[in-house]
Amino acid sequence: MKQFTGENAVIIDKVSKSFNGSMAVNSVSFDVRPGEIFGLIGPNGAGKTTTIRMMMDVIKPDSGNVYILGERLNEHTKNRIGYLPEERGLYRKMTVIDSIIYLGKLKGVDIHIIKNRAEILLDRVGMVPHKSKKIEELSKGMGQSIQFLVAIAHDPQLVILDEPFAGLDPVNTEIIKEIILELKDQGKTIILSTHRMNEIEELCDRIFMINKGQSVLYGELLDIKSRYKNNSILLRIQGELPELQGISSINKYKDHIELFCGANTSPHEIVSQLIGFGIKIDKFEVSTPSLHDIFIQVVGGHE
Amino acid sequence: MNKTGQVAIHEFMKMVKSKGFIIVSLLFPLFTLLAIGGYQLLQSINTQNVESKVTTVGYVDRAGGFDYIGDYGDISFIRYESKEEATSELLVGELDEYFIIPEDYISSGVVNRFTLEKELEPPGGVIRAVRDFLLSNMLQDEVNDDILARAKSPAGFVSTRLDESGNVSPEQGGLLGAFLIPYLFGILFWIAVLSGSFTLLEGLSEEKENRIMEILISSISTKQLLAGKIIGLGTAGLLQIIFWFVSARFIAGLASAAIGGMFSNLEIPTRLLVLGIVYFILGYLIFGIIFSIIGSIVPTYREGQQVSFLLMPLGVLPLVITPFFAENASHPLTYILTFFPISAPVTSMIRIAIGNIPSWQLILTIFILVLSAVGLLFIGAKIIRSFLLMYGKRPTLREIVHSLRQA
Repeated sequence: MKQFTGENAVIIDKVSKSFNGSMAVNSVSFDVRPGEIFGLIGPNGAGKTTTIRMMMDVIKPDSGNVYILGERLNEHTKNRIGYLPEERGLYRKMTVIDSIIYLGKLKGVDIHIIKNRAEILLDRVGMVPHKSKKIEELSKGMGQSIQFLVAIAHDPQLVILDEPFAGLDPVNTEIIKEIILELKDQGKTIILSTHRMNEIEELCDRIFMINKGQSVLYGELLDIKSRYKNNSILLRIQGELPELQGISSINKYKDHIELFCGANTSPHEIVSQLIGFGIKIDKFEVSTPSLHDIFIQVVGGHE
Repeated sequence: MNKTGQVAIHEFMKMVKSKGFIIVSLLFPLFTLLAIGGYQLLQSINTQNVESKVTTVGYVDRAGGFDYIGDYGDISFIRYESKEEATSELLVGELDEYFIIPEDYISSGVVNRFTLEKELEPPGGVIRAVRDFLLSNMLQDEVNDDILARAKSPAGFVSTRLDESGNVSPEQGGLLGAFLIPYLFGILFWIAVLSGSFTLLEGLSEEKENRIMEILISSISTKQLLAGKIIGLGTAGLLQIIFWFVSARFIAGLASAAIGGMFSNLEIPTRLLVLGIVYFILGYLIFGIIFSIIGSIVPTYREGQQVSFLLMPLGVLPLVITPFFAENASHPLTYILTFFPISAPVTSMIRIAIGNIPSWQLILTIFILVLSAVGLLFIGAKIIRSFLLMYGKRPTLREIVHSLRQA
């Protein structure tokens, strides 16, 4: 059994869960470090939400251990977690401000503190004029923003966000992203589960990819991208491309060329050859695969 | 304040601010006041119709000796020698009605009355006056005035109920106390318990339908949530019952003054009141938890209501068979309904009001109810936890049993 070291905000240790004989999560292990934004990614039905629900003790694992903020989840640790579930809602007849205050009080926060925090956060997302409206009177996007504020209003140490950008327009998406980055700057730990790979790339330090309940990728985002890079160069030049040494194949596109280097050829050598031919270079970029591409490659490879 | 307390306050405030709660709370006293007002109105209409109309009553004395007229308030008597004479006077409006004292009156007691009015029954004032007239004529030479007055009003009964040991029973009030109070108590008890329990059912169904349950469970345990809801809504229900009792005492006073002797003996014994609160709390706990379990299992509030209504007949049965309890304190059915947790609260209340439940049965019932409530709370919290994420799907009985084992 893995022991909590004091360095990790979350430890998931060989956790498994099955429903009606079907394995939803199969011996999954990962750690989340304090102060980082951690991406939990995977296709639909991969086991992300089940993993998060086991973290939150909403469902109990069949085997394995979950440690949150140094201990097994209890009443005290629940107060230090902000949780935005995938399946979410609020009391439809309750006002915006009352919803934030009530759910904040359930996290053990004093009413004056939570009221003050609610006002600040509503101002941050431009929803102060709507604070006395009932939840049912809000648009879907506004409701989503309030859900997010409910998850962070009690100033949690660990924030778990399951699909936080779902239903948000680009403006609100940007505001929520900014708040997530601010939370990181304040030293909070954030676990982000989303389908939107560009957001993961933009925000996350490390990721865990799950597919069919099993771990398929885990580690630093940059390391993973480096691991999956295909040794290609994106090039735009003036004139014709001369014959270069050490190139295994070439793809020509409308506005650029993609060169695939041989196993022993570095991008630096290609630049040297181009300069030697007196070619004017408009663009030279060592290609790294997007997380989206990696996702497709990894998940596709497991199909 | 702990989280259970927060949930309790939230639920209490939500409940007492709801229109439904306010209307139901005010409905009972308003309805009773309206009933008393209506009764008084009818009485005054009736009195005006009868007393103001009949002032002159004729009579034909065929028995002989009924010639002392006397004073009978607004009603005066005129003697006629024949039926024909009295009839013609009645037809021309000189008389309001007349009666004939037949020759065999002393042996038969029959008096023949003639009137032009359509009536369901003879007017009380006239009948009293005729009776007094007959008594005065028969007894005026035999007894003094005091005895004559007593003969006209021979007995005003003051009843006292004794218990098995011959001491004065704490429950008094005769038929009224034996049946009216248990009925009223049972009905009010049911209204309060059901309004609280249905609110619980609605609340849990709403939380499930609105997908807020997962957010709540990330802050509190299902046990805290359930306990908080039950305490909050139960306190609101208790407040409602206390309000009804306070208003019932006030209205009973009004009713005694308005309707006369009927309610003068009606008193709500303190023992009934105290045990009423105990049984309300226990009954509410049992129904509240059962309704919460139903609310957490079914996908919508509407289905929850339908399932809950299946429980109603067993709960209401004691009310329907109240007279049975009065006469069959040792019948097996009385025992079953007294000790079965769903029917126990109302049955016990009714039997306390009737006054035929021994102390050992009271203690055993309370013990069974406390035990059932604690057991149900634990099972309920597990079931709610198992089904809180099952949106839009109705679980099978097998799934319920399986989830219960897993929880």
